[in-house]
Amino acid sequence: MKEIRIHGRGGQGSVTAAELLAGAAFEDGQFSQAFPAFGVERRGAPVQAFTRISDAPIRLRSQIYEPDYIIVQDPTLLEVVDIASGAKDDGIIIINSDFAPEDFDLDTNARIMTVNATKIALDIIGRPIVNTVLLGAFAGATGEVRASSIVNAVKGRFSGKIGEKNAEAVQKAYDLMAEDK
Amino acid sequence: MTVIRTLDKDKMDVAEGSYAVAHAVKVCRPNVISAYPITPQTHIVEDLSQFMADGEIPNCEYITVESEFSALSALVGSAAAGARCYSATTSQGLELMHEVLFNVSGMRLPVVMTIANRAVSAPINIWNDQQDSISQRDTGWIQMYAEDLQESSDMTAQAYKVAEDKDVMMPAMTCMDGFILSHVYEPLVLLEQDLVDEYLPAYEPEFTLDPKNPLTFGAFADPTAYTEFRYLQQQAMDNALPKIEEAANEFYEIFGRYYGGLIDEYETEDADIILMAMGSLVGTIRDVVDKLRAKGIKVGLLKVRTFRPFPAEAIKNVVKDAKVVVALDKNISLGLNEGSLFTETKASLYNTKVDVPIVGRMLGHGGRDIPEKTIEDIVEEAKGIISSGINTESKYADLKEELL
Repeated sequence: MKEIRIHGRGGQGSVTAAELLAGAAFEDGQFSQAFPAFGVERRGAPVQAFTRISDAPIRLRSQIYEPDYIIVQDPTLLEVVDIASGAKDDGIIIINSDFAPEDFDLDTNARIMTVNATKIALDIIGRPIVNTVLLGAFAGATGEVRASSIVNAVKGRFSGKIGEKNAEAVQKAYDLMAEDK
Repeated sequence: MTVIRTLDKDKMDVAEGSYAVAHAVKVCRPNVISAYPITPQTHIVEDLSQFMADGEIPNCEYITVESEFSALSALVGSAAAGARCYSATTSQGLELMHEVLFNVSGMRLPVVMTIANRAVSAPINIWNDQQDSISQRDTGWIQMYAEDLQESSDMTAQAYKVAEDKDVMMPAMTCMDGFILSHVYEPLVLLEQDLVDEYLPAYEPEFTLDPKNPLTFGAFADPTAYTEFRYLQQQAMDNALPKIEEAANEFYEIFGRYYGGLIDEYETEDADIILMAMGSLVGTIRDVVDKLRAKGIKVGLLKVRTFRPFPAEAIKNVVKDAKVVVALDKNISLGLNEGSLFTETKASLYNTKVDVPIVGRMLGHGGRDIPEKTIEDIVEEAKGIISSGINTESKYADLKEELL
């Protein structure tokens, strides 16, 4: 089983990202589970969302303490949240940032990868909404889900032109990260 | 018999627990829905409102109200008039219904209501435990607890089948852990309309409010007759025991999914230690049981799926050969320091030939997370009970001493 934790701020679509990831994993033939950090959500406040992916049905209902992968939507969170908490030594932390991985001094042995998801989103979607872009990056960096499954999940959620543009941005981030991998 | 699922991925979608339940309600063809939104039940009634707005629930009235008290009161009249009725609530909303809960069961109205289990105030807390529904255990409602999203959905149809049975005619609460099940997305089958139509016949009550044939429901019973009303309600609960098993078996025949009827067992056959639990915690325990079994620890799980009527006989048959039983509770009876599953299991074994040590451990109150480690520690402690007897009969398993 693989466990993923997504960090964002209220309104950035972290919960949506966790759900889309669960949908994509299921399309890949895996079982999945997505859930928010239950609580009182406020726009701008730090939030977390989680996804589990497994080849067997998932029965576990506890929160995730030692994620295999961590996705950070907003680099300003690093100042207020211990985003590397519980990260596995062989895990990957994907941060939305235009800095290089070595610019981050995190207390972890997990591999840090960065992607300028905000730029990709602005260039292609025209708005700084990075949740779908980071799912593309996740697929490229980890190989846990297919890019096409992320694209289908995104198109299933957002119809028409918005869906098309999101899909394009997903692919762009995927390609960038897959090269890096 | 253990959980049997025919996993047909082609039929599954990734959906939210609340949506799966709302969809299940829709295909059960309700005639009247009345509910008042409250976290974490809100998504269920939002989805139902959307179905109504989209014209997807024919022959149904959605009555908006100003409180949970009114929501259930509206259903008293509707159900007495012969409507299949549905509501959903949680926590303070359920507590506000308290008086009406007795009315519904006393008038023998088979209303089905989803409880998205949540802690009760004060202090205010929106997260999961089961204090809300357990506090309503004596109101004459059937109570069932679901383990996962699919079961939360499927239980809705089963509840109507049991509640509306002529030998039962009692209301039913289908309980799903708030957030832990209501707000989670996972692959599941949305109940198929044609299969539900095959499973659940139209509701045809024997007695209804009808101007052409005037009747009175629940008006008055003086000391010469009141006891007999209660006696008959208890009889109906007794009748529900086999009906719940039948409803689960018939469901399996049509849908290919079985979760137990009154109870379910997992690795109990040769178990020295048996953990008992209700609701979503059951899933986590299954994982822990597998882990510990791999280490040679003989531990098993008794899932209590139906809490009212209380399946005393079924529980006794499972635990009779164990060396220790641990009942886990997301509720507390203040002044007794016990959770209800523990109290009632212990009481039901007294005066029987079964003599197995049983302890109660309360945990997960107000949404405190229950990691596998908490369960593993409980099992570790249970091993000690086998060798040196009971030290503490009932206590919190996840108390933070440092906060006291």
